[in-house]
Amino acid sequence: MTATFECKGLSKNFGSTQALEDVSFSIAPGRVVGLLGPNGSGKTTLIKLANGLLTPSEGELLICGGKPGEESKAAVSYLPDKTCMPLWMNPKQLMDFFQDFYQDFDRQRAEDMLRRLGLDEKQRLRQMSKGTREKVQLIMVMSRKAKLYLLDEPIGGVDPATRDYILDTIIRNYDPEASVVISTHLISDVEKILDEVLFINRGRIMLQASVDDIRQQYGKSVDEYFREVFKC
Amino acid sequence: MDWTFNNDMPIYSQLVDKIKLSIVSGQLPPGEKLNTVRELAAEARVNPNTMQRAFQELEREGLVFSQRSSGRYVTEDMEVIMEAKEAMAQKYIRDFMDSMEKLGYTGEEIISLVRGGKEEDKK
Repeated sequence: MTATFECKGLSKNFGSTQALEDVSFSIAPGRVVGLLGPNGSGKTTLIKLANGLLTPSEGELLICGGKPGEESKAAVSYLPDKTCMPLWMNPKQLMDFFQDFYQDFDRQRAEDMLRRLGLDEKQRLRQMSKGTREKVQLIMVMSRKAKLYLLDEPIGGVDPATRDYILDTIIRNYDPEASVVISTHLISDVEKILDEVLFINRGRIMLQASVDDIRQQYGKSVDEYFREVFKC
Repeated sequence: MDWTFNNDMPIYSQLVDKIKLSIVSGQLPPGEKLNTVRELAAEARVNPNTMQRAFQELEREGLVFSQRSSGRYVTEDMEVIMEAKEAMAQKYIRDFMDSMEKLGYTGEEIISLVRGGKEEDKK
C-alpha cells in the first residue's frame, strides 16, 4: 500500500532559521493522525510543504507516492490555519465554487452539514462571526472525497458542542482509503478519534506512536503525556 | 451504553470491557446481531480502527463471532459468557479487596462489613 503522506529526510530553512530538520515519517491509508507540538514547532510549515505552498530545502515529501503538484492538489483537501474564503461570497456561492473546482466535492454532504449546524446559505461570510466562518470552511473541506485531509487547527476557534459535531463528522465520513492529519494542541478533544500521533518539537519528529500504545506504556492519556514531555 | 473513558488505560481495552459488560449482563443477549464497527465507532466517538481492534479482541475471547456475509453476533455459547462474567466478578472483587486493605481492614472484617451492609439493604 502506498503511503498517503510520506517524508524522507525533509528539511526547511527560512534564512538562518531551521523550521524543519531531517523529518521522516509515513502515514498509511485509513489512518487518522494527530500532528501535535508546541507553538512554533513546525506543524504549519510541514502542512504547507505538503500542499506545495513551500518547497523543501532538503529531502523529499510524497503525497500518494508523488511530489506535491497538480495531481496531489486534487487528492488533498486542505484546511489552512487562517480562513481564506472570499468574504463577499455566501455558502451557496462557495459551494458552486468548490463544485467547479474540485471533482470530488459532494454538494449534498455540504448542504446537510450546513443545515445541521443551522447555517444560512444566503448569509455573506463578511456578516458571519469568526467561529462561524471557520465552520463553513471546515464543512467545505470535509465535503470533498479526498485521499488526504490536512487540517491545520480545525477546532481551535469553535465552541465545544460544535467541536464534538466536527469530530463526529470526521469519523462518520471516514473512508478506509483516506488519511486525516489533524494539527492541534487541543489534544484531549481529539485523542479518541486518532489512530496515532506525531510529536513534533523544534522542527524534529520526536515520536510516532499509536494512541493506545502510549496509554498502555505510560498509563496516561496522550494529553497528559504531552504535558509531561513538553513541560515548560 | 456509557461511552466515557478513563485516561490511564488504552481506549480499545476500555471498549472491550464496556461491550463485555453489556454481554454478560444480558443487555446484549446471546445471538444478538451487533451494529457495524462504523456505527458503533460513531456512537462512541472513537476511531473506527480502535473499535475494530476491540472486536478482534472480543472475537479472540469467543464472546462475539462474525459471519462473513451478514455481520457480527454475540455468541450463543452460555459457557463462554458465564466464564467471562466470573472473570469480571473476580476482577471487581480483587479491586475491592485492594481498596479495603488500603483502608486497613483485614479479610474477616471486610466480610462482616459486607454482611452488615447487606442486612442494612434488606431493611
